[in-house]
Amino acid sequence: MSFVTLENVSHAYGGKGTALAVENLSIAVEEGEFAAVVGPSGCGKSTLMKLATGLQFPFKGSVKVANDVVRQPVKIAGMAFQAPTLLPWRTTLENLLLPLEIVPPHRSNLRRNRREYVARAENLLKSVGLAGQSGKFPWELSGGMQQRTSLCRALIHEPKLLMLDEPFGALDAFTREELWCVIRDLHASRKITVILVTHDLREAVFLADRIFVMSSRPGRIVVERKIDIPRPRDLEVTFTAEFQDIVHELRGHIVKARQ
Amino acid sequence: MGTWSIRAAPWLFTLALFVIWEAVCIVFKIPVFFLPPPTAIAKATVEFWPAIYRNSFITLWSTLLGFGMAVGFGLLLGLVVGWSRTIYAGLYPLMIGFNAIPKVAVVPILVLWFGIGFIPAVLTAFLISFFPIVVNVATGLATIEPELEDVLKALGASKLDIMRKVGIPRTLPYFFGSLKVAITLAFVGTVISESVASNNGIGNLMLQAQAQFQVPLIFAGLVALAVEGIVMYWLMAVLEARMTGWAQRSGFAQN
Repeated sequence: MSFVTLENVSHAYGGKGTALAVENLSIAVEEGEFAAVVGPSGCGKSTLMKLATGLQFPFKGSVKVANDVVRQPVKIAGMAFQAPTLLPWRTTLENLLLPLEIVPPHRSNLRRNRREYVARAENLLKSVGLAGQSGKFPWELSGGMQQRTSLCRALIHEPKLLMLDEPFGALDAFTREELWCVIRDLHASRKITVILVTHDLREAVFLADRIFVMSSRPGRIVVERKIDIPRPRDLEVTFTAEFQDIVHELRGHIVKARQ
Repeated sequence: MGTWSIRAAPWLFTLALFVIWEAVCIVFKIPVFFLPPPTAIAKATVEFWPAIYRNSFITLWSTLLGFGMAVGFGLLLGLVVGWSRTIYAGLYPLMIGFNAIPKVAVVPILVLWFGIGFIPAVLTAFLISFFPIVVNVATGLATIEPELEDVLKALGASKLDIMRKVGIPRTLPYFFGSLKVAITLAFVGTVISESVASNNGIGNLMLQAQAQFQVPLIFAGLVALAVEGIVMYWLMAVLEARMTGWAQRSGFAQN
């Protein structure tokens, strides 16, 4: 049984009869797997995210997460987007504690066990290279540091599912590669299920166990590609012929999907 | 230079205004009953100080009371309007229509209901100043980033959670910004009502001075209003800076 399953899902934001965002979309992601979804722009990748987290509901087909049919927001997911969306009136630490103020049982324990939660947040910050930054406000951090904070916020409540919607799209190339490694290590150490939506093919191949290629709108999965490059993967792997071949192959699929 | 010039600038500019004013009055031999020079206004201020002092405070209390009501009501209505699209759609045209009504036209109705004096002044101040607060609070809520809302909803946050954690804090800069507009409007409302329907307040004082052709006293009343307006505006600005310092870090206007 897969952890996240979408079966023959069709969705239109204006309800049935309006323009479809996705059509007959089926995808199954295993527990602990790192899945990447790539496709031409506007193909419904973000819709897929919203469906899988219960922020939108399809008019046709079924969505299941952790064996339950999704009828409301799933509550076991952490999300990060291209924009870091940090709260400017909160420090890095306070931004990290935000999910804990909402998710039970933490929301009722937070005040009593604040010290433990703060320690947990500081540890998480350290693991992404942000030790000592917890007292700073978002505007005092660089774009890459803000995005790391955003990732930490998506992980602080130890979700079983991490949804990433082009989280590195707005970063420079070097920072982006640094953060690939951060995500790679977080995934390896936490055995968390990750669904990454991106249009950077190198990013997808470097990080994912499996890549799903979507067609142009209305989106559905046209190709599923397993990535067998052994883990742990080093950035050097991106310069090998094997890696380049996979990127090429995927690129071909996307070019076809755009037509 | 730097900070020193910025600190001194308000005083120097004000002084310059009065000096030019005085000079214009002397050079063009403008009669005192037409445009009194600042020295004549100062003299009138000293001469009528007890009346100006007493009426200033009456105007101030009416204004502050009306303003206080506007803050409470405006904040509440703004949150309600920002909470639901249906309420927003329903109330917005009504509020715009209401705001378009000149408040001087409402004063006779208030007098009809409450008699002349203190209460119409307070209510006029309230009616004229709540609108910008409502609009600003509602705008703050309406501009929550959808991604942030998604992040919180995916955690199982209720609408109330989102309101408390994101909506209200991010609305505060808009709210405190609107207070600066509202307090000045509240003075306008009070003085309108006082000059139409009251036996007290700066508005009434100016009306009486006009009837007796004491032009310097009219201007002394105006100056008293300006001073009160500046002090209150300044207080609101200090409050804004203290409460929402995080939102004011732009270097745009720092020179």
